[in-house]
Amino acid sequence: MAEPIIAIDGISKSFGSFKVLDSLSMNVMPGEKLALIGPSGSGKTTILRILMTLERIDSGHIRVEGEELYHLPGNGGFLPADERHLARMRQKIGMVFQLFNLFPHMCVLDNVTLAPRLNKGVTRAEAEKRAMELLDMVGMSAKAKAMPAQLSGGQKQRVAIARALALSPRIMLFDEVTSALDPELVEEVLNVMRKLAAETDMTMLLVTHEMGFAHDFADRVLFFDRGRIIEEGKPDEIFRNPRQERTQTFLKKIIAAGHRV
Amino acid sequence: MTDWSGYIGLILQGALVTVELTVYGSLLALVMAFVAGLGRVSRFAALRWLATAYIEFFRGTSIFVQLFFAYFVLPFAGVTLSPLQAGVLALGLNVGAYAAEVVRGAILSVGREQYEACIALNLTRWQSMRRVILPQALLVMLPTFGNNAIELLKATSVVSLISLTDMTFQANVVRAQTGNTLVPFATILVLYFVLAMIIAFSVRALERRMARGLDGVRS
Repeated sequence: MAEPIIAIDGISKSFGSFKVLDSLSMNVMPGEKLALIGPSGSGKTTILRILMTLERIDSGHIRVEGEELYHLPGNGGFLPADERHLARMRQKIGMVFQLFNLFPHMCVLDNVTLAPRLNKGVTRAEAEKRAMELLDMVGMSAKAKAMPAQLSGGQKQRVAIARALALSPRIMLFDEVTSALDPELVEEVLNVMRKLAAETDMTMLLVTHEMGFAHDFADRVLFFDRGRIIEEGKPDEIFRNPRQERTQTFLKKIIAAGHRV
Repeated sequence: MTDWSGYIGLILQGALVTVELTVYGSLLALVMAFVAGLGRVSRFAALRWLATAYIEFFRGTSIFVQLFFAYFVLPFAGVTLSPLQAGVLALGLNVGAYAAEVVRGAILSVGREQYEACIALNLTRWQSMRRVILPQALLVMLPTFGNNAIELLKATSVVSLISLTDMTFQANVVRAQTGNTLVPFATILVLYFVLAMIIAFSVRALERRMARGLDGVRS
């Protein structure tokens, strides 16, 4: 069996006295499409934020492509990773945010080319060529010169996806990327993600409330509750025959709220 | 009947000195504002402490005393400044301390999600600051910088006390020679106002230019 691309081993994380993650362990295989579902506050978004180094862990270990994310070997044990190590590890990972987080003072093209030009040593022309290909893929090449304020939410999110892809990460994290969108704009973003899943072998972790999409998109679904994974399996098993009572209750609530399963 | 043209010429010469003080003082203040403002948000405690000490000292003591210190006390330490140099130094450091807090506040006003996007795109702290945070923060700083520059313009009148021949100094000269207070002081009142308006309009034009495309919308 292949090595996991992400190996999470007994990590805990608290915000004040609130324990978001409680000695959680999980593995993600290369190329796997993983959906993380569960009630809010269950820790699913925190997992993504920790992988992107936006939050630190209190204890435990994470390995990405076999390398420790937050630790460096030293003193016969482990030392906390320094900024240089984190920067190197971040190259493997990209993230798309719920609120897009585009840079409002730059046009679409500059949003996509900024990081590659600064950090991958590519020329402006090369970066723009690659950016236009990516914008084309997400259907936004016609808006390359537009400012973010001129775009709809769905368009902004597609640009944000192109921006994250421009650094060619091995792992993509999608944090509730359609939650802030008007219902009629959700589909255009989901279509881009379907295309990505079909055309690349990127590993994708997806936190979502779009159960229908999670069902079609994911190879495996993890159900989070109170900082633990309480149920996991193939989408069909989780959505059609959830074994845990809390999973059943959660899915009922989601369906009652109008989400398609 | 007094012939005023010569006296008005004197006041206009003073106005040039005032403008000179305002321009150089503002430039120094701008540099100090960014140095100390960035120092205040540094991750190094020593830099934060230094910046805070500078800001609190210059905000907490009078510009008048600072000016006298620069002109009359520094020579005892072997540093002799011309009245103009002393004026620029005192004004720049004093207003720079206020403006540093503007820089800090503007940097902190940029949403956390912008910093997080920078981390996710693997930009270094300096790249993030320079390319993403400061360009957005600058727009927040500008109106208050305009205020600071006008404050600095008005504070230039204290340099007449170290015998620098600025606008206020010359108005006093004219008053002493003619015995008339109304004409010289009405003249410099208008001149200060005109100079302040020039600053206000320039800053507003700059603001409009920089806000182009943003439409006041943060996304």
